[in-house]
Amino acid sequence: MTGGEARPALANPGLLATLLLVLFVFLGPLPAFAVNPNEVLADPALEQRARAISAQLRCMVCQNQSIDDSNADLARDLRILVRERITNGDTDRQVIDYVVSRYGEFVLLNPRLGAKTIVLWAAPGLLLLIGAGAIIVFIRTRPSQRTVAALSAEEQARIDELLRK
Amino acid sequence: MIIEIGHYALVLALATALIVSVMPMIGARRGDMALMTLATTGSLTLFLLVTLSFGALTWAYAVSDFSVMNVWENSHSLMPMIYKYSGVWGNHEGSMMLWLLILTFFSALVAVFGRNLPETLKANVLAVQAWIATAFLFFILLTSNPFLRLNPAPAEGQDLNPVLQDLGLAIHPPLLYLGYVGFSVSFSFAVAALIDGRIDAAWARWVRPWTLAAWTCLTAGIAMGSYWAYYELGWGGWWFWDPVENASFMPWLAGTALLHSALVMEKREALKIWTVLLAIMTFSLSLLGTFLVRSGVLTSVHAFATDPTRGIFILCILALFIGGAFALFAWRAPMLKAGGIFAPISREGALVLNNLILTVATATVLTGTLYPLVLETLTGEKISVGAPFFNMTFGLLMLPLLVVVPFGPMLAWKRGDLLGAFQRLYAFAGLALLAGLAFYYAQHGGPVMAIFGLALGFWGMFGALADLWHRGGFGKAKFSVAVRRLAGLPRSAFGAAIGHFGLGVTVLGIVSATTFGTETVVEMKPGASVDAGGYSLTFDGMRDAVGPNYTESRGHFTVARGGVTVADVWSAKRLYTARRMPTTEAGILSFGASQLYVSLGDAMDGGGIVVRIWWKPFILCIWGGALVMMFGGFVSLSDRRLRVGAPSRRAKAARPRLEAAE
Repeated sequence: MTGGEARPALANPGLLATLLLVLFVFLGPLPAFAVNPNEVLADPALEQRARAISAQLRCMVCQNQSIDDSNADLARDLRILVRERITNGDTDRQVIDYVVSRYGEFVLLNPRLGAKTIVLWAAPGLLLLIGAGAIIVFIRTRPSQRTVAALSAEEQARIDELLRK
Repeated sequence: MIIEIGHYALVLALATALIVSVMPMIGARRGDMALMTLATTGSLTLFLLVTLSFGALTWAYAVSDFSVMNVWENSHSLMPMIYKYSGVWGNHEGSMMLWLLILTFFSALVAVFGRNLPETLKANVLAVQAWIATAFLFFILLTSNPFLRLNPAPAEGQDLNPVLQDLGLAIHPPLLYLGYVGFSVSFSFAVAALIDGRIDAAWARWVRPWTLAAWTCLTAGIAMGSYWAYYELGWGGWWFWDPVENASFMPWLAGTALLHSALVMEKREALKIWTVLLAIMTFSLSLLGTFLVRSGVLTSVHAFATDPTRGIFILCILALFIGGAFALFAWRAPMLKAGGIFAPISREGALVLNNLILTVATATVLTGTLYPLVLETLTGEKISVGAPFFNMTFGLLMLPLLVVVPFGPMLAWKRGDLLGAFQRLYAFAGLALLAGLAFYYAQHGGPVMAIFGLALGFWGMFGALADLWHRGGFGKAKFSVAVRRLAGLPRSAFGAAIGHFGLGVTVLGIVSATTFGTETVVEMKPGASVDAGGYSLTFDGMRDAVGPNYTESRGHFTVARGGVTVADVWSAKRLYTARRMPTTEAGILSFGASQLYVSLGDAMDGGGIVVRIWWKPFILCIWGGALVMMFGGFVSLSDRRLRVGAPSRRAKAARPRLEAAE
């Protein structure tokens, strides 16, 4: 058996980070539709790294598929390339940098934070802040409606006067 | 002849839609009853005409009339009958026809069941529905006519895309559209109310069943689509964050928010403006989804530019309706009076938090989906936004939501008691953690943090049970009393609990399948065995087979556990003859809620074949949870207070005033 069992690799064991990773980073596919037994690296640790990197690289000739999922020839070549670089001792970062230098940013399914993607990455947090801010303002202004309903000293005096009659 | 009748019916439908667009609205302004009732008869006529037209197209598919271009392009005489029928909407023109059919179906439903609506509101709602119908009728007739003829008629069709030759196509699009397009009713109610300038709790009560019905269908449609992709595409993934998926997911997220905010509006008259805005946004996202999927803009900005008529047309519809609705909103919304006051810690507050997170999640998916498009259009630079981005951002947003869901129903309206909610829930939280631990232990290993993920799933389920537990007063009152009290609860209370329970089930399935799933890629020769998920699969060999319109080569596997044969499964690679297109037909075995998924790869030199085997523990919970959510929707819909169109049937004389909510 050349393939063996593959489990998603866990990166940083920080508590929240790990939880999130477990929950969501691998939320989608555990795919490798296309990884062939003869491509698989002998060292399981290296193979896991290769898989994790492959899942982040786009198959350029497919629609929205990572090279890990695709059985296109180009995807296969890229998978082999990634494994070659890893066996040659590249770090994950170096492998990805190399692929990007050859194919451009388009190849990254997880776009890098940069001037062009700052809006993309900031949007969720920013919107959450704006939304929360709007709600706080909304709630803060609400009591003012209640104070409108409350009586001014003058009105209170008048009521007291009326009640005394 | 029948085809021409169908075409003509579509033209008549356009004329009818135009009349219904204008006349009832004039009637509503002038208080002219005759013009207003035109909306009811007109909407029914419209539905009838569109059905007739749709029926004509279906007939052409059923008898394989290849003189109709649309049939020739997407059908084949040898195709099984069921796919001939479902093939009607397996293409651009046909799917737009289905869109229209369902839109007019909803109009007809409002016309029939909306007998108790105030006349002006009903007239306006149906008129707005007719505006949408008009736009899409123009679109179909001018750019996507399914009734075009070919002369001479070809002898044989070009076959339906093999991926679509599946029962999934028969069920998925109609369900999805029932949801997608069903939100048009909420939209029309919102626009009609803005035109009227009057929105109250009664409005929310009328609009809620329609939203709920659409949401229920959309839930089922998305789940169905996900399962279809899972078994059809052959690599075991079930959600890809594909733009097309996102297009249907965004209305679902917004619709879920709408469902909850309409609740606040109905019970407490608060969040009026927000609810109206959300109703507009939800259907706008449906329209946007239609544009994204139908214009071809997603495949490539350039594909869009080569044949822009359709895309531009839908873009215009989009701009018109979304822009128009927002303009109307901006003009009218300030006139709406604010409603009930509530403390931050209250049921309303919890629902506001729900809305905040769901809306931001929707916006995140929207940003991620459109960002590459916008960036390329503006700077010419190409980037990708794929699954890793969505999993991270969307996941981060869902985490707090899942944690707080069980608290919502525990808080009282107006002013809630957070400490009390904690006291009521901590036992259930402890149980959830224990269940997570037990589940983790039973799965032998995996990342320790998975326990918390599992516990989160159980938390959703137990939290929903806790809701019913406390409403019944179990543990405080006598058991029999509590049961009676539980039985007396409104169905909508059960619906909410069931829906939240289903959410927990889905989360459990996601966490389990992704953390404990295994994958085995191996080259196998006949007689070889391989272990997966505690089962042993033996490859018995390949056999060739011929289907009605395909040939296939399938492998047989015997599955054993502990030396005892428990099942066998076929997995195949198919070649559809007409299009020379290969597909993978995965072999799937279910053991309880877990599945063994066997997919064939390439044949290797020397008689071996690449086999990919996935063990997916509890993966069926993902879709099972969605089914439970859907069931919750139905239960809620059957609540007599909410029964479609029956908001005040019991008190017809008292219309349109409604008794207090509970």
